[in-house]
Amino acid sequence: MSAHPAEDGGRRIPRDLHPLAWWAWALALGTAASRTTNPLLLLLVLGVLGFVVTARRTEAPWARGFPYYLWLALAVVAIRVLFRCVFATGVTPEDHVLLTLPRIPTPAWYAGIEIGGPVSLEAVLSSAVDGLRLACLMCCIGAANTLANPKRALRVLPGALYELGVAVTVSLSVAPQLVASAQRVRRARRLRAGSGKGVRALRGIVVPVLSDALDRSLHLAAAMDSRGYGRSGTATKASRRATGALLLGGMAGLCAGLYGLLDGTAPALLGLPALAAGSALCVAGLALGGRRVRRTTYRPDPWRLPEWGVAGCGLTAAVLLCVSVGYDATALNPSLYPLSWPALPVVPAVALLLAGAAGVLAPPPGRPPAAGPSPRAADDRELSEVSQ
Amino acid sequence: MIRFDQVGVVYHGAREPVLRGVDLHIPEGELCLVVGRTGSGKSTLLGAVNGLVPHFTGGTLSGRVTVDGRDTAHHPPRELADVVGVVGQDPVAGFTTDTVEEELAYAMEQLAVPPDVMRKRVEETLDLLGLADLRHRALHELSGGQQQRVAIGSVLTAHPRVLVLDEPTSALDPTAAEEVLAAITRLVHDLGVTVLLAEHRLERVVQYADRVVYLPGDGTVRDGPPAEVFATTAIAPPVVRLGRLAGWQPLPLSVRDARRAAAPLRERLAGLPVPPVRRTPVPGARLLDAQRVVVKHGRTVAVREVSLSLTAGQVTALMGRNGSGKSSLLWALQGSGARRGGTVRVDGRDPGKVSAAEARRLVGLVPQTPTDLLYLETVDAEIAQADRESATGLAARGLLDALAPGIPGGLHPRDLSEGQQLALVLAVQLAAAPPVVLLDEPTRGLDYPAKDSLVGVVDRLAAEGRTVVVATHDVEFAAAAADRVVVMAEGEIVADGPTPAVITASPTFAPQTAKILAPHPYLTVPQLTRALPNPAPTRPEATP
Repeated sequence: MSAHPAEDGGRRIPRDLHPLAWWAWALALGTAASRTTNPLLLLLVLGVLGFVVTARRTEAPWARGFPYYLWLALAVVAIRVLFRCVFATGVTPEDHVLLTLPRIPTPAWYAGIEIGGPVSLEAVLSSAVDGLRLACLMCCIGAANTLANPKRALRVLPGALYELGVAVTVSLSVAPQLVASAQRVRRARRLRAGSGKGVRALRGIVVPVLSDALDRSLHLAAAMDSRGYGRSGTATKASRRATGALLLGGMAGLCAGLYGLLDGTAPALLGLPALAAGSALCVAGLALGGRRVRRTTYRPDPWRLPEWGVAGCGLTAAVLLCVSVGYDATALNPSLYPLSWPALPVVPAVALLLAGAAGVLAPPPGRPPAAGPSPRAADDRELSEVSQ
Repeated sequence: MIRFDQVGVVYHGAREPVLRGVDLHIPEGELCLVVGRTGSGKSTLLGAVNGLVPHFTGGTLSGRVTVDGRDTAHHPPRELADVVGVVGQDPVAGFTTDTVEEELAYAMEQLAVPPDVMRKRVEETLDLLGLADLRHRALHELSGGQQQRVAIGSVLTAHPRVLVLDEPTSALDPTAAEEVLAAITRLVHDLGVTVLLAEHRLERVVQYADRVVYLPGDGTVRDGPPAEVFATTAIAPPVVRLGRLAGWQPLPLSVRDARRAAAPLRERLAGLPVPPVRRTPVPGARLLDAQRVVVKHGRTVAVREVSLSLTAGQVTALMGRNGSGKSSLLWALQGSGARRGGTVRVDGRDPGKVSAAEARRLVGLVPQTPTDLLYLETVDAEIAQADRESATGLAARGLLDALAPGIPGGLHPRDLSEGQQLALVLAVQLAAAPPVVLLDEPTRGLDYPAKDSLVGVVDRLAAEGRTVVVATHDVEFAAAAADRVVVMAEGEIVADGPTPAVITASPTFAPQTAKILAPHPYLTVPQLTRALPNPAPTRPEATP
């Protein structure tokens, strides 16, 4: 992991990787992490994530979030361990007892859960590793969010789902606006000496914020309408009905198929065949719906060799950890009895390092902001609106 | 290009039509200015051009509106997107993406413009509006003027033949407004786009207009060349009022024309004593004393060791570009805003250290968005709530009627006009009887009559022995309303003195009357009337 991103910056043309490639890579790595409770492998996953994020993230606002995911991960581990200590589950004779918390008596109807009692090293370790695995999954999602612009990811939705994508994009931008206007109103409430506590005070904030949001969404709707959003294109009533029917049938098929797969007692026909039929219907519906949409994409993200490489190395790691070929499957989930230092299985470790190659395979991030936020722009805004 | 045939618009539940019998023809390539009081139907007229009225707003439209041969009855706004581009008052409210480049491409994506054409048009538009350096920047990082230019660019990329702009500069400071208006005039002259523009601050735009559409408020419309229409309108910028008063023919519309016509008038003024713009304030007691106030937002210093004292009976205008620290200073003086250092004393107490209820009895502040303070369903409920909150025995209803008589108590506060909302919030704040009253940008979105009545309100507050501070960008308003002007830049006070001295010090900052009559120190048209009761002796019938 010594390769430095700056080294290949000169050879390759910087550009943003297709967002789906990053998502595929991150989800695959998450799948791999969920297969193991080996702390060494989990730490390796975190290391790989850290390397790739530092090497390939952009300067955009959403790309500054990875440290927050790390803190969140740390909090998850801490909470997990804390709960395991407080809600003791008893100890076996071969456990190493670390300390004994005072026991709090629980009522009879609450039997089965004890609060306090002896805390063993094994319990702490197993909860820490469990927490670490969860933390790894969260960091994978975080890395995807950091590396790929979430809004650009939504743009690759099939044409028929375009409206859905827009709705999500808009609602994403509404959240920060709501926070800003709530802060503004709360501050303004002080001017009126915001009388009362509880419901009344809440109303004083909620009503102006919501009417603000409503005003804004009407403006937005009008602006989108007058810029051509939702032009009907060439859809006929029949084709719209057909699309609806196909999608509905497809969804039903998918549900039945999933149910069949998960419930072992269900008839075999409900399993894979229903799932396949459902998927086919959905794809057909989307394709038919997409045909009526007349829209083009500005500077679409290309899918080229680096995209294949990034997605591929992630998927390879996931597959290697799922099939457990060439190594002992128990190495993935080392036992805590007897307590011993876990071994690092070679094949999974190499697989995870392979996933780390994404940091080198992906081109350096492109299109940096021209000169960063200029001081002039910051001055121009009414400061009080921005930062209180 | 745009044709209205006997158009009438009635909204649901309204007794009177907003527009009736409108016949209007706007030929291609004209910059047409839409003028009228708040609520006279300007927005309805503009909305009807691309079918937002009635397709989006509801209501009934009679008659026929055609744009480029397309009837809006059969074409909803989205089907007209390639012909008409619409830009609203608040650019941020209309943004759908998050970077400049994507926003410019949005309309084209909807219209299914081929990718290579899109690419080319985005580059052209970036150059046309001077946005090339900002192409990858996030929209929320831009200044107001830049945002508005992006909003204009984002409709322009669809190559519309008509551009409809509803008060595009009302939320901007003078510099940003100039930026946007320069961009608009460039479009008219270089591309031959037909522009329909509504604007309150007429002094900024009259000179560019080829035609004026005037809505007197009864639903009818009058249109013609600017000099003709403005001869009689109830709403007119200072240059036009001065021209009418002096009886100049043809009516000058720009400072340049007026100055050329004003030579004889300036000669006549030469020997005459200059009457004061306003009654001279009686020096009163010192009501507020602030020393070395510091406000920081994060690492930015918004207010840098500002000292300011305010005396009773005085109206102070606080001016300066956006982000110069005006709002932060007002909030810090009121005590609700953050203050990093310095002292504020009102009546021996520090409004930042006492409870919120106590602070508002010392200093009353009306924020930039007055509606933030309103949360009840009716005006009456707000009034009653204000009486309960302040418990001073002052009836807020009485205050409101003094400020803006005749607001029905059953109305929802959000249905009031901007001027009425401002009056309501001011009444709510005055119910606590504060000796110091601060108004943050109250002139935003007000038309001339509303601004005139605000001048009266501010005068009355001062006459009652309060001190009033008005943060504003509007130099005409400052000239008419303020005794003293304080100018801020980068968090510091750069000028502080009597209004005439400060605002005539630089030609760019001066009100129109001062520019026309310089070197004579006249600031407003009423002041001139007092100096010369009959400025146009040859044509006395021309005075309004």
